[in-house]
Order: sequence, then C-alpha cells, then structure tokens
Amino acid sequence: MTAPLDVPATPTDPAPVPTVAGVSATAIQGRSLGQIAWMRLKRDKIAIAGGLVVIFLILVAVFAPLIVGLFGHDPIQFNSDLIDSSTMAPKDGTGISAEHLFGVEPVNGRDIFSRIVYGARISLLIAFLATLLSVVIGTLLGVTAAYFGGLVDSIISKTMDVFLAFPILVFAMALAGIIPDDAFGLTGDTLRVALLVFVIGFFNWPYIGRIIRGQTLSLREREFVDAARSLGARGSYVIFREILPNLVAPILIYATLLIPTNVVFEASLSFLGVGVRPPTPTWGGMLSDAVRFYTMPYFMLFPGMAIFITVLAFNLFGDGLRDALDPKAR
Amino acid sequence: MTDPLLSVQNLQKHFPITKGLLKRQVGAVKAVDGVSFDVVKGETIGLVGESGCGKTTTGRLITRLIEPTGGKIVFEGHDITHASQGRMRPLRRDVQMIFQDPYSSLNPRHTVGAIVGAPFRIQGIKTEQGTKKAVQEILELVGLNPEHYNRYPHEFSGGQRQRIGIARTLALKPKLIIADEPVSALDVSIQAQVVNLLEDLQNELDLTYVVIAHDLSVVRHISDRVAVMYLGKIVELADRKSLYESPMHPYTNALLSAVPIPDPKRRKERERIRLQGDVPSPLNPPPACRFHTRCWKAQEICSQVEPPLLALATGHQVACHFPENAPAPGAVSTTGEGLVTADGGPAAGDGTAAE
Ligand SMILES: Nc1ncnc2c1ncn2[C@@H]1O[C@H](COP(=O)(O)OP(=O)(O)O)[C@@H](O)[C@H]1O
Ligand code: SF4
Ligand SMILES: [Mg+2]
Repeated sequence: MTAPLDVPATPTDPAPVPTVAGVSATAIQGRSLGQIAWMRLKRDKIAIAGGLVVIFLILVAVFAPLIVGLFGHDPIQFNSDLIDSSTMAPKDGTGISAEHLFGVEPVNGRDIFSRIVYGARISLLIAFLATLLSVVIGTLLGVTAAYFGGLVDSIISKTMDVFLAFPILVFAMALAGIIPDDAFGLTGDTLRVALLVFVIGFFNWPYIGRIIRGQTLSLREREFVDAARSLGARGSYVIFREILPNLVAPILIYATLLIPTNVVFEASLSFLGVGVRPPTPTWGGMLSDAVRFYTMPYFMLFPGMAIFITVLAFNLFGDGLRDALDPKAR
Repeated sequence: MTDPLLSVQNLQKHFPITKGLLKRQVGAVKAVDGVSFDVVKGETIGLVGESGCGKTTTGRLITRLIEPTGGKIVFEGHDITHASQGRMRPLRRDVQMIFQDPYSSLNPRHTVGAIVGAPFRIQGIKTEQGTKKAVQEILELVGLNPEHYNRYPHEFSGGQRQRIGIARTLALKPKLIIADEPVSALDVSIQAQVVNLLEDLQNELDLTYVVIAHDLSVVRHISDRVAVMYLGKIVELADRKSLYESPMHPYTNALLSAVPIPDPKRRKERERIRLQGDVPSPLNPPPACRFHTRCWKAQEICSQVEPPLLALATGHQVACHFPENAPAPGAVSTTGEGLVTADGGPAAGDGTAAE
C-alpha cells in the first residue's frame, strides 16, 4: 500500500476559524475580498486624505448653487465698481476680501471664488461622464475580445490601436469648429458638455479596454470558468456572473486614475477655447483668461490650484485603491 | 455484458498552432491521439501518465468543454461527440468534473453557497426545500460545516476548497465524475482524506469515476482498472491487480518503479528504473512506438511499426512489441491468472543458474 493513503480519515481538516461549540450562529458571515480591501485602504493615510478631498470636491460641485448663494455673488455678474478703470486691475490689486474670498477678475470684476466653485461642476461632470463612457465601452469590448478570441479579438484589438493613434486634440478642435450652436437637439452648455464627454470618453476607452482584455484573457483560463461551462452555463452567464465580478477591482482602480487625466484634458480643451463657451466658468477657461493678465498672478493661482489639487487627490486615492484591492499589482 | 456507461473510441484532440494575421496553421499539438476505453457503471478507472500526456484534455473532451478532432464519445448510448451546447445541457447533469487546482476552480468573488448552488441556478432546478437547504445538505455530505454557507473561498484551506469543488460536482447527482488530479495540489497529509471522501461518496451515491493522476500511487487505492497514457495514447490498460503485480509495458514498469514501497525488504528486490531524456513534444511525437526514444528495450521495429493495443491476457491490454511479464504465446490461459514471467519464453530457468 502507498503510505499517504493509509492515514486514517478524519471528517474535515481544521476549520478556518474556530467556531465555539454550542454557540449556533444561524449563519456565519464571511468577509468578502471587498471588506478586506476596505480594511487595507483604511490604514493608508495618504489615500484616505486623497479620498476625503475627492469627496469634498464632489460636494462642492453638487452644492455649487448653495455655496455660491451663501456669498451672494453670481459667477457671471460683473462688479465694475471694484475695478480701477485706468489699469483695469482690481482697485486694491486682487480684490481679495471677506466678500470676495479669492478676489475678483481684472477688467470685469467677476467673483473668482464663485467661478472656481461653478468650474468644479463642469470639470467633474465632464470628467466623470467621459470616464463612465470609456469604462462602459472599454469593458464591453475588452471582455468581448478576450472571451470570444479569434477574429472578434483581432478586429477589436486593431480598432484599439487605431483609436490610440488618433490625434484626438486635433479632432476635438475641428469638431468644435464644425458643430453649430444648435445640434442633436441640444444647445448652449449642454451641447458643449455632451461634445466634450463624447470626444474625451470615446477616444479614451482603449486604455481601459486593453487592461480589461488582458485581465479577461487570464480569467478565462481559470478553472471556475470551465466549471460553469461544464454545468451548462451560456456565454452571457460566464461573462456576467463569473468574469465581471472579478473585473470590478481593475475597473474601479483605472476609472479613478482616468478621472484626473480627463480633468486635465477638459481643462486643456477649454484653455484652447474648444470647451464650454464663456461666460460659463471653467477652470481651463479661467486659466486661459489669466494668461493675458500674467502681471496679476493671483488670477492664475486659483484655477491652477483647483486643477492641481483635484488631479493630485484622485491620483493619491486611485493609487491607494490599487494597493488595497490588488496588493500584487506593484 | 451490459453496455458501458461511457465509451470512448479512438478519441483525438489536435490543437492547431497558427501563425500570423491570417491564422495559417503551421502544426498541431496532438494532445490526445487515438484513445479508447470503456467505463462500466459503478467502477473506478484510473488514468495515469506524466504531466502533458493529455489526461486533462481527455477529461475536457469527455465533459465536452472542448470539441474533439476525431473519434467518438458515447454516453449511455448517446453519441455526444459533436453534440451542440444546447443538446449537451441536460446531459451535463450526468457528467461532472472535479478540477485539479482548488485555487483556480472556485470563483473568489462568490460565496460557498453561490458556488455550490450554481448548478441549480444554471440548470434551472428548483428543489423542494429551496436551494439553500439543498446546498447545506451537500456541504454536510462532503464534511464541511453547512454554516459556512456565506463564506468566501479564500477563507478555506486547500483541502476544504477541494471539498467545496466536490460538493459542486455532486449537486446535480451525476452518474459519472471525471476527477482531474483531485489531490495533486493538496498537502500529502490531507490527500488521503480527500481520496477516502471520494470513495465514501462512491458507495453512498452509486458514482462512477474516471480518476486522473500523474503517478500510480494515488489511483492504486481506489481504481478497479488503470489505464496508462503516454503522449496522447493509452499504452496499457488492465485490472488493478494485474497492472500493479505484472505490468507489461516498459513505461508502466518505469512508472511503478517510481512508486515508493513501504516494505524495505521488497524495496531491495526492485531496481528503480530511471527513464532517460524528457518526454518528447506532442507537437512532433516520435513515429511508431512513441516510447522508443526512452525505452531500454527498444529495437529497430519499435521505430518503424506501431505496436497495437492488444489483449495479451484476460482484461490486460498493452501496446508493445516486447512486453514484460507477458504470458508465453499460447499461454493466454482460460483463467487469465498465473501469468508466467516469460522474458525469454518458456525457458525461464536457463540464465539464472549463476550461483
Ligand atoms: N488549449 C490548448 N491549446 C494548445 N495546446 C494545449 C491546450 N491544452 C493542452 N494543450 C497541450 O496538450 C498537451 C496535453 O495537455 P494536458 O491534457 O493538459 O496534459 P496533462 O493533463 O496530462 O498534464 C500538452 O502538451 C499541452 O501543452
Ligand atoms: S514497442 Fe518497443 S519501444 Fe515501445 S515500449 Fe515496447 S519495447 Fe519499448
Ligand atoms: Mg492535467
């Protein structure tokens, strides 16, 4: 007889967590990988700080009308009385006061604080929606390419290459020039926001798509996929029930890291004048205005800081999220 | 004789190797290349061979996870060789697979309850007392705490994970279970527990097993018959007793010599046969007898004529031109027992008068 097989059998090897005999818990709740990741994330102080700033920024964007209402300065209202009519600069240099926390703009005296607060709305709205669009397209096509393979994979992968090689900035500028003020049943800011979301989101999906495709390729080879298929599961069951739940972590991580990229992208487009049109406040647009008044650097400081802090906060949070969800990724 | 539960006839799987954008085929991995065996209801057949010889592929063909290149698979009289996924779905309840790697075979995002309950959901089966109750009964059956229903796989040890996998295969009360190296990923100390569990379940639930293993020690305990595979072909297929006591194929002899013998006296009698060289690539297997590149008995004919798989004794098939332990020609007795050691024919005493 072979040695290992003669060991007397015991019903089970030790239970993972000792359960006190007699105490009959109706159901012992296990800790999911998500809960474990949350515990890890909580210990990462820098990521938590980034996360708090992110939440703060979102609150500012959502409650912009309330916050601005508190101070009573409409973001597009001129305050010519605060401007020195000979130099066009604010009378005391910046206009910073308890009334105007961040001062006022040169020439027309608009309240910079209100404009920054409203700018957060446009900035985050476009960045979030564009990210969402990229994630949806990237995930769908990435999973499809990897799961079905063959010709489907070839076509999707080549399409990704084409998109990644596309001069998106040039395209965006051309598009902004062609599209009239009234198109697709939309007008004004709504039309511009929709355009920006489309341009940024539609051309960024291959980054997510490639990551998802790679992850799916390896998930597809796992035996739990074979197990489901040997039970008679159809392709849609395998994709939605077996594979997608394992992609939540990479999707969350790369979405969080894509948002700041899109914030910068939106700011760049607005800076170049192909974003949301004035007088609607955007951070990129304010920077662009401020460049003309480089002798008054306070004007550039606030939109610059807003972009910087937003990008930094999302990146710190995203990095922490990656470490917490996938400790092996580094 | 009753019809076999499963009949595999000349089964083949060649994985194409393609190159370039146009997927031009430049070759094929002959992972399974003409395998035939029958499985009778209630028996356990062991499928043994070195890693890469095509055992898993055979299992995946029988469970129709992959499409056969050639041959035939007949289950309970139904030819399922090329059955569509739709036609296979109801049959899948009857043929289930236990997977080799308990870490990769359980979805880390699903609870034990969801994993063991998946067969009911996928097959659309409603149980009287509800899925949860049914799952908990199965968990108990495989020796797990039914209260661990809401736990995740990562909270369990390898042995317990394999029990979860076994529970999943049992959910639909299958008739045939393909167990692909069910214990090779486990600690030696718990391998026996899982093997014993499989045995107990077989008695209790009237199961038929094809148990895959990469050495002859694991299946010795539970197999009624054993098939030895080499590079995509079966080289020897015999009752457990004849295979272990009088192996005929040189490759089987080599595999057996690697199995540790607990009794030191008997250990001395037997020399360890060390195979030279590596297993050749299934991309380009040696012609005729595939074992001839490593066989110490090989002669010219071995690389020219393929030895057919022949019954040299009752219930003992072997594919070799110069088998060991083979009965003398004509001595294929009516009893099938009493095999003569007949290396040089009947004159076995001649050369041994050395003393
Ligand atoms: N999907 C596949 N594509 C190409 N080759 C494969 C595939 N699956 C298995 N093979 C090859 O087939 C051979 C047999 O593999 P396998 O059946 O897994 O062997 P075993 O289970 O006996 O170790 C190996 O050479 C392996 O590389
Ligand atoms: S046929 Fe020849 S090479 Fe093959 S196993 Fe037998 S003796 Fe060895
Ligand atoms: Mg294998």
